[in-house]
Parts: sequence; C-alpha cells; structure tokens
Amino acid sequence: MRKKIVISIIVAALSSMFVLSACKGASATDMEQRTLTVLTHDSFAISETVIAQFEQENNVEVNFVLSGDTGSALNKIILTKDAPLGDVFYGVDNTFLSRALEEEIFESYNSPLLSEVPEQFRLDDQNRALPVDYGDICINYDKSYFATRNLTIPQSLDDLLKPEYKGLLVVENPAVSSPGLAFMLATIAHFGEDGYLDYWRALKENGVVVVNDWSAAYYTNFSASSGKGPQPMAVSYATSPAAEVIYAAEALEEAPTASIIGEDTCFRQIEFVGILQNTPNRDLAEKFVDFMLDVSFQEDIPLNMFMLPVNRNAQLPEEFVNYIQIPDAPAALPYEQISASRESWIEDWQEVVLK
Amino acid sequence: MLHFTKRRIFFLLGLITTLFLAAFYVLPLGVILQKAFEGFRAFLLVDGLLKKIGSPLVFTVYQAGLSVLLTVVVGLPTAYAFSHFDFKGKNFFRTAVTLPFILPTVVVAAAFNSLLGSNGWLNLLLMRVFHVETSPLQIMNTLIVILLAHVFYNTSVFVRVVGAAWAQLETEQEQAASVLGANAWQRFYWITLPLLKKSIVSALLMVFLFDFTSFGVILLLGGPAYNTLEVEIYLQTTQLLNLPLAGVLSVVQLLVTFLISWSLLRDTHTGVVTFLPDVKNERIKKPATGQQKILLALLLIFLFLFFVLPEISLFFRSVVMVDTAGTAKFTADFYYELFQNTRASLLYVSPFRALKNSLSYALVTMVLAGILGVMAAYGLLNSKRVKLLRALLILPLGTSSVTLGLGFLLTFTGVSLFQRTPQILIPIAHTLVALPVVINTLYPAFSAIPENLRDAAGNLGAAPLQILSKIDLPLVRRSILVSALYAFILSLGEFGATSFLTRPEYPTMPVVIYRYLNLPGVLNYGQAIAMACILLAVCALSMLFMERLLLKDKKS
Repeated sequence: MRKKIVISIIVAALSSMFVLSACKGASATDMEQRTLTVLTHDSFAISETVIAQFEQENNVEVNFVLSGDTGSALNKIILTKDAPLGDVFYGVDNTFLSRALEEEIFESYNSPLLSEVPEQFRLDDQNRALPVDYGDICINYDKSYFATRNLTIPQSLDDLLKPEYKGLLVVENPAVSSPGLAFMLATIAHFGEDGYLDYWRALKENGVVVVNDWSAAYYTNFSASSGKGPQPMAVSYATSPAAEVIYAAEALEEAPTASIIGEDTCFRQIEFVGILQNTPNRDLAEKFVDFMLDVSFQEDIPLNMFMLPVNRNAQLPEEFVNYIQIPDAPAALPYEQISASRESWIEDWQEVVLK
Repeated sequence: MLHFTKRRIFFLLGLITTLFLAAFYVLPLGVILQKAFEGFRAFLLVDGLLKKIGSPLVFTVYQAGLSVLLTVVVGLPTAYAFSHFDFKGKNFFRTAVTLPFILPTVVVAAAFNSLLGSNGWLNLLLMRVFHVETSPLQIMNTLIVILLAHVFYNTSVFVRVVGAAWAQLETEQEQAASVLGANAWQRFYWITLPLLKKSIVSALLMVFLFDFTSFGVILLLGGPAYNTLEVEIYLQTTQLLNLPLAGVLSVVQLLVTFLISWSLLRDTHTGVVTFLPDVKNERIKKPATGQQKILLALLLIFLFLFFVLPEISLFFRSVVMVDTAGTAKFTADFYYELFQNTRASLLYVSPFRALKNSLSYALVTMVLAGILGVMAAYGLLNSKRVKLLRALLILPLGTSSVTLGLGFLLTFTGVSLFQRTPQILIPIAHTLVALPVVINTLYPAFSAIPENLRDAAGNLGAAPLQILSKIDLPLVRRSILVSALYAFILSLGEFGATSFLTRPEYPTMPVVIYRYLNLPGVLNYGQAIAMACILLAVCALSMLFMERLLLKDKKS
C-alpha cells in the first residue's frame, strides 16, 4: 500500500511539473514587446538568425503557427476569419489562390519590394496575395537506373506512354496530394480539359502507379530514395535532386536524381503571403511582408523550404545552381480556372484512373 | 441513508466526467457542425450525394468487419496463452504485441514495405527459393495490406483487455466442470465465454471503432483505390474545402458508431454471473503437455514474425546506410544527426525536447483519462441506462479527428487561457480519445465484482469512496494497468488531433517524424526512422516500467 502511495505521488508530481513548466514557457513574454502571429503550413521552415534579425529591428516577437497542409491551413483561416487567429498568412499557392481571394481573407498591400518581383509571379493585381517563392513539380528520375540499362530518358508527356517505360512511373493522387494535383494540372495544361483523360487512360494502360501522398511515392516507390522502391520515375519537385545532395549521408559528387524538363512536363507552384483582414498590427504585418520579400529572407528560402525565391536579386545557394534545372516555360493554368474546375477535374480523373 | 449517499456519490462522479465531455467534446463538435450546416440547404441539391456517402460507408464497415474477424483469430489464442501460461520472454512478447499501437502510419508503411513490398525481404526470399525473376507477392496497396495493418495495430487491444479479464477469472467453475466430465471446448463455451463476454464485447467494439475510423492505414498503405469515411472527411475538409459534405459524413460516422456500439452493448448485461476475481493467480501455469508446448511455440513464432520482425526491420534501417555503389554498412549517423541543427532552422527540435513534450502530454493524458475514466466507470455501475450511456461515452472514438480538431480551433482559440497556453489543449484532445478506451476496459472489470462484496463492506460501515479504494480498485488492478497503459500510448502515438493543434515550439515525436519525412534525402529519411526507433524504445521502456510498478506487489 505504501508503495502505491509513493507511486501516485511520483506520477502526480511529475505531471504537475510538466504542466507547470509548459505554462511557464508560454507566459514568459516581455510585456513591452509586441507579438506578430504568422499562420502558415507544415512545410514552413526558416533560419533562426534571419527571424532574430527582424525581431530585433522591430522589437517584436514573431509567433509562427503551423496549421497542417496548405488546404488545412487555408480552411482554418476561412473558418475563423471573423476572429482571425493571426496577422499574416503565408503559404497559399496558386491552386488555392482564388478560394482565398473569394473569401476575402486578405487586405491589399502594395509592398515597395514588389518591384523586385518579376511580373509572371504577381497573379493578384490588387496585391492582396503577394508572391514569396515558387517551385516546379516535375518528374524525378533515378539516374543510375536509366544508365545501367541504357534506357533513354523520356523527354515529354507523350514519351511516358512508350512501352519501354511501362510500370516505371509513380504519381500521387491529385485528390490528396499537392504534387499529384500539380502533375494532373500539367497534363490538363498540355492536353486540354477534353484531352487529359485520354492521356491518363493511356498512362494507366502503360502501368502508371498511383499512391496517395508524396512521402509514399518518394520513400516507398521511388527507386532512387532510401526506400529503394520499384519505380525509377516519381512526381516530385525540381529541387529534390539538390535536397538529395544536401541531405546525403556521405558527400556526393553529383545528385542521384534529376528532373525531366520537357514541354509541359513540369507545373509551377507559386506561394503567396497576405495580411489578414482586420489585423490590429497592420504596421508590423506590412514590415513582415516586406521582410519576406527582401533579399535576406529570400535567400534563406531554398535551403529551408526547397522552394525558389521570387526576388530577382536573391542569389541561389551553390547546390541549387549545380544540381537543379529550372524549366523556362513550365505548364500553367489560370488560377481562377483551377479553383473553378478543381473538384470536377479530380473526380473525372479518379473515375478514369482509380476505378 | 447510506443508500442515498452512495447514489449521490455515484452521480457526482459521473457528473464530473460528463461536464468534461460536454465542454471539450459536445461543445466543439456542435460549433463545427453548426458551421458546416450553414450552407446545408443548397448542398442537399447536389447530385450524387447518396453515392458520395454510400460508397465510403459500405467500404468502411466492410473492411472494419473483416479486420475485427482477423483480429479475433490472432487475438484469442494470444490472450489465452498470455493469461494461462508462464513462459520465458512473456513480457517481451506482451510488449512486442502492444508496440505497433504507437507507431505512426508512415513508419509502419516503411516497415511493411521493407518486409512485404516488391523488393521486400519476403519477396526476395520467395524469389530465391522458387527461382523466379519477378516478385510473387504484390500486396501493397491492396485490401490485404489494410487488413494486415489493422491486425498489426489493434490485436494488442483485444489481447490486453480480454487477457486481463481472463487472468482474473477464478478457476473453480472450470475445475468443477472438468470433474463432471466437460471437455475443454465445452468448458470454454459454457463457462469461460459467458464470463468473458463483457470484456470480449468491449474489446471487439474498441477494435472495430479503431478500424472503422482508420485513416493513415487506408491513406498510406491502402492507397488511392480505397476510401473510408474518415479519409473522405479529411479530403472534403482540407482539399476540397467542402465543409457541408464533411459535416454530413461526420454525422453519418457518428450515427453508425452509436448504432453499432448500442447494439453490441445491448444484451451484454443479461445473464451474467459475477464471481470473485482470482487474486491468487491459480490460472497461470507452465505449459505442461507436449501438445501445449508445441502450440505455444508455434504461436510465439507467429507473434515474432508478425509483430517483432517489422520493428527489427525498422531498427535495421536506422543503423544501416547504403552508399551509391550499393554496399551496405552500419552507421550511427542518423541518430547523431537528430541532435544537430545543421541548417540552424528556427523550427529545429532536439529529440530530447520532442521526447519531453511527448512524455509530458502522455503523462497528463494518463492521469486525466485515468481519473475521469475511473469516475465514469464507477458512476456507470449504479446507473439505470448503462447501455445507452456507454454507447454515448464511446462516441469520441467514432469522431473524425479533422472535424474535432477544427471544432477545437473554432471554440477555444478565443478563450484567453488557451490563447496563452495552447499546448494544454493537446492532452485534453488525447484524453478524449483515451477516455472511451479507459471506460470500456474498466467498466467490465468493475461490473464483474459481486455487488454483495460492496454491500457487505457498506454494511460494515465503509464509505463509498473507501469501498472504491479498498475493494474495487485492488480487484481490478490488471484492468487499471491496461487502461492507464493505453491512455499513455494512445497519447504517445496520436497524430491526428495533434497535427491540428500543435505549435512549432511544442511538437510531439510523431509530428517530428512527419516533418523529416516531408523532405527528400537519405538523411531525412534515416532520421525519421531513427526517431521512430527512439519512440519505440521509449514506449517499450515505459510499458515495462508501468507493468513492474503496478503488478509488483501481486508476486510478493
């Protein structure tokens, strides 16, 4: 019996200790310092020093709230727009953009730094959503697989239908995964709304493998990843080869993978930031948006999020210069059309490819 | 007078749990559903609505039913062996069967793939044995792998709950029947089964609901051809932003949960005789006959292959690196890298901090769910509407975590306490999932205690709380251990609600694992697997520790 009492005391003490320490951690904020809350998606990452610089210059604490994938994060913001959870939202992309604009979650802001951003990224003419970074979703291939078999690398979407590539491609389900959606959009941009389903029928005939999300495709099915899966081609990002070098276990001379850059084989994803409606911290939010578009933040993006900066003055890190290819003319669709037809495109696609 | 106080205490105990559930379950769920149904009218006109609900519903029930059957096939002999035989390595096997429960699905997908995938160990073995060029087994992304994963995940629930009850059955009835000439099957069917019925039903119900609301297994292992309600709710909410449909699907899922729980629990109350639990552990013996030894050995081999091998393959992956030339070598790099913030990232979390976060959430969940669960189970004993209440209390298990997460967000983010310390919400969300498990483990055990024991104590002047602490709690020690354990490991492994509520400063271990798996590169993958191995080790150690603490005095 005594033993039991001792145990309960230990458990109670431990748990109250944890609760107390948890409470203390959060309430220890400096009263004079203001707080800026930035809502974003799970893939957000940035260097400590870069943010510390902004915090010091403006005597502000920046609080990042990661709210699931892009769709989840946007959904939370739409649902709470009457009582916003934060001041700034970063991470909505061109596939969700018109939903964000329709719901009027953002206030316009004509940042002076927009002049450094090429026209092609500035999709919203009212500057409610300001471009921050972009990335191309491309098919990655396993270099050694093709080299050891003397197999030519496919150069176009049509090449993928050739019999020698039967069963060699893994793609993600566009209903679940954003790279999957992007690749489907590339086929729609290329073959048109009327033609893309025929292409997918043929692709299915040629043994395309569909899995639900990116980590399954890359780590379970792709032969060039640690998973050593069966498919030597996987839909991923154009920056993935650089990540393979940076996160290699031993220093690599060259990337084990590369992207297929052909006509409409890649789809460009652009990520935006916006100031949330009715923020009480509009002045700080503006400064933060400027900061995100400025060179130091922009140059920090590639190695943290594996996306590319939109500011034309930002330099790319060496690994990016050496190991990735950026398509000159990736596939594109008007963002309004994506929002309007997204659901029916996906449903038709599922009907053809999964049933 | 005594009777009156007793009832009042029962009522008060139940009331506290009810208030907790009203505040943290009913309220957020109501808020989100109300929001979802704002645009409901226009939505009803959407064509194909029935099909959109019907086809995931049918598949959800179908796969859950099959999974439960298979779980019983594996679970019943295992529960029997654990509650009847004393053998070397029993603790090891008991822990091994339970460990899968905490593994994040991505990690299980990796483990299954390295065993069963087209380049997996099993296929390589088969290819060598039968001299074939292509992989003979293609089960990834099929219904089979969904079922296997569900058995892998949830057998432990059945084994632990039924095993605990079985070990507590006294042996006299069976001995009497044996003397009267009943054979083993007759004894099992006529004596053991009716006595275990409540626990079996409780366990089946929980396993069913875990399979019914399965998300990660379907999404990652089953692949795109399979959709459960939970997956569909997630897709409608986060990808298509179609809240009304997600709301309808959530309600359908809740209704089915309620109906199934209610009908399963309906007739468990009749004709059950209660006996004094076996406190002397007469049941557990060393395997005696040759037949027993062989069957036990076969079972243990199966358990090893099915429950231990995947984890071994994970550990293997966390310490082996394959270089570009294809040669494998041992390495500790993945573990070493976990402790390095190479990119000086703002969001880097050391394994110690993730571990501390996970453990503190798990401990708080265990204490909270344990206290509320004991109160609720005890309150149920004297309630007139046990079946209805139990069916209602189990509803959090049938609730989509996406829906509940959004509900939490809408309801509590304005409250200043939660604004300042949002991490309090995480153990509360975990408690919601753990509470039904605790109640369903404890209630059958409590109700198996003969009422006259309590009456006798009462007549001798013991207060109700004294009866609880002196009679009930000691008698159901094993069930308390099981429910505390599950509250703990449910919290350790939980990802759904956590991912909705997590703040970057306080991520749990599963959240960190998912973060690593979101980036390409050998090191990221290796670190994710290494982190999963740490999670496994921590879980195994805490299980052994808890078992030692709670069951120690029985041996003396």
